[in-house]
Amino acid sequence: MSGPLRVAVLQGGRSLERAVSLRSGAQVRDGLGRLGHTPIPIDAGEDLVGQLIAAEPDLAFIAVHGRHGEDGTIQEVLEALRMPYTGSAPAACVRATDKILAKHLMRAAGIPTPSFFALHDTVVKELGGAGALPSVEHQLGFPMVVKPAHGGSALGVKFARQDSELPAAMVGAFSYDVRILLERHISGRDLAVSVIEGEGPEALPVVEAVPREEAFYDYESRYGIGMTTFVCPAELSAETTARAQQLALEVYALLGCHGFARVDLMLEQDSEELWVLETNVVPGLTETSLLPQAADAAGIGFDELLERILASALSRR
Amino acid sequence: MERSGSGTSGGQGARPAAHELARYEALFAARTRGMKSSAMREMMALTERPEVISLAGGLPDTSTFPAELYAGLMADVARESTARALQYGPTEGMAATVRCIVEVMAAEGTTADPSEVIVTTGGQQVLDLVCKTLIDPGDVIVAEAPTYPGAVPTFSAYQAQVEQIEIDADGMPIDALEETLDRLHGEGRRPKFIYTIPNFQNPGGVTMSLPRRRRLIEVARERELLILEDNPYGLLRYEGEPLPTLHTLDAEAAGRGGASDLVIYVGTFSKILAPGLRLGWAVAPRPVLEKLNIGKQGSDLCSSPVTQLFVAAYFEHGAEHGMGWRGYVERLCDLYRARRDVMLDALEHHLGGSASWTRPEGGLFIWATLDERIDTTDLLALARDSRGVAFVPGRAAYMDGRSGHSSMRLNFAGIPEPRIREGIRRIGGAIDEQLRLLGSLTGSAPPRSSRPSAPPAEQGEEPPLADVLELPRRDGAAASRRRQDR
Repeated sequence: MSGPLRVAVLQGGRSLERAVSLRSGAQVRDGLGRLGHTPIPIDAGEDLVGQLIAAEPDLAFIAVHGRHGEDGTIQEVLEALRMPYTGSAPAACVRATDKILAKHLMRAAGIPTPSFFALHDTVVKELGGAGALPSVEHQLGFPMVVKPAHGGSALGVKFARQDSELPAAMVGAFSYDVRILLERHISGRDLAVSVIEGEGPEALPVVEAVPREEAFYDYESRYGIGMTTFVCPAELSAETTARAQQLALEVYALLGCHGFARVDLMLEQDSEELWVLETNVVPGLTETSLLPQAADAAGIGFDELLERILASALSRR
Repeated sequence: MERSGSGTSGGQGARPAAHELARYEALFAARTRGMKSSAMREMMALTERPEVISLAGGLPDTSTFPAELYAGLMADVARESTARALQYGPTEGMAATVRCIVEVMAAEGTTADPSEVIVTTGGQQVLDLVCKTLIDPGDVIVAEAPTYPGAVPTFSAYQAQVEQIEIDADGMPIDALEETLDRLHGEGRRPKFIYTIPNFQNPGGVTMSLPRRRRLIEVARERELLILEDNPYGLLRYEGEPLPTLHTLDAEAAGRGGASDLVIYVGTFSKILAPGLRLGWAVAPRPVLEKLNIGKQGSDLCSSPVTQLFVAAYFEHGAEHGMGWRGYVERLCDLYRARRDVMLDALEHHLGGSASWTRPEGGLFIWATLDERIDTTDLLALARDSRGVAFVPGRAAYMDGRSGHSSMRLNFAGIPEPRIREGIRRIGGAIDEQLRLLGSLTGSAPPRSSRPSAPPAEQGEEPPLADVLELPRRDGAAASRRRQDR
């Protein structure tokens, strides 16, 4: 590792995940400080570029989740400024954060992902898209999951238990995005496999998220403390663990991720099948977040995790 | 410092970082599990941006208080009561302030015995102290549905089981209350108190009718139940006849020349004067009062003598300077009445076919209810991001965080009329968008697409905010006065 670095920690932003991002940023700044680096916190707001230029950092640590931070927007700006940054490059960000695109890519590559259909609101508004719903319902069945195409939090993610609930669920999801995803619901266990880089991409131990409250874990339980119990390593057969890690590495490579990412999967209840749901290219870095927990289970402390992320950022060609 | 630097995210910056939370998690009391931050609140934090018209706040308008009067009275307090203002005060409050409280209550026809008054740090502290005094984990509180969103975290923190009674245009239906009480009785559970905001309820905007008030007192007396009467807005009545407080009705029912023995009354200077003073009060039966006093000692020893003395000085000398407290309340009523009318008019114009709403005779809030398929938490995301307007989603007023999903609370008191109109227009646009989508999805005709009131601006660009702000005010003099006072 090189000597002390000036690291611009980009955090906050204006997405609905702003609060989580601020917590990730705080955690990262603490860690960087312990490592002897100089963290320069920058709120990803109106004057982001001006602040970045003024800060003259050696690199930028992107801790902005959701819009701008994860969708390639900020990465493109950093490319333009020729400033090294952590995590994936714009193309991978675009592929991963667009859940529809990611699922198409996975399906084409033969990676199992739950059946789905995507809808643009103009299809509904102008092309009579509602006419396709019966066929969609027939193919996906109920309950169905309805998600905005973008957004890493559970805000806007809806369940439709029956057809009468579908329109409202769709309108809810359309509140957050012009494109939404209707997806077959997989009931089973929530798993997450984080990938970081050492010699090459390495899959960390599998984390299982066990919602403490009934039903789907919503935004609050996902990020709050005490609402979800995380088990790491997840209690799985060696085979399932290996398969989950293999899938995560395949998705990481498929999307072209760099540095680190977290792949969310479901282990289906009866079939024991694994399904990839989505990939987060700027996963949460709070202490309750899954990536730091998984790294810890692999004997990689938070500070070492940061060092690895920094090293991968500086080694990007 | 850096986290509050942007100035648009004060609420976020003040939050503890997650790693701090995690480090201390094992130390937290079990009751903190109920003290969760909600997605709704996360979203609300994002509404604190200048370009967003926020109808979400609970704010009164403090811009009309005469600056010179405020400065003069504060100077008087500083000069004439230096030592007292800077010293601790009695826990129950200063006698001069208590006299003001008795005067305020008398203005609503309520007789308060000064020895039964405790001055608190805002009305909110009374809610906290009453829970601290009465609620063991699992104890039952009966509240209205929807209820004051600010009471939700308080009740949660004390691990109360809250039973909410759905209100209608006349407030809490007492027969529904009795059914709930019977059911609770059958389960061997007895509520510790009934929490109600009888006047211009927050967030519902409705007022409990006189027959229901009388019946509520009868029920409480039959069953020996305490009532927590929260009355921040009683004097902010814009029309109609004032109704007796529950405190008064209970005192009458008790006979013996007038001491209520079942009502804990909560008042505040926040809405009739200024929330920045942080002064409220409780009037309570003496045994309860004593416990509240002990609770307050443990909380903050006393409320600020500086602001208590300011209130006392204002009540004594305000009129000499042309702005007695009652005159100021009248002025506020005129201001808010006009704003309420503007909001009602705008609602009719922009939400006419798609929502129903309450028509408050006073207070600060209107409660609007939409098509049940619209979730106002989602609507807020859409309205805030694409249209620049915010409100309180109905879920905030329900303990389960799920009910009330298609309602919203709108504040008409805190912002000027053109902003109210524009805010409602924007909300109407967002609702229309969702309804059209629903219509397309369900095959039903879009309910309001042909409505003539939808202005062309809805389709295209919003007018720049500056234009909105520069619209001529009806009351030009008041506007310029307001600017000066800033």
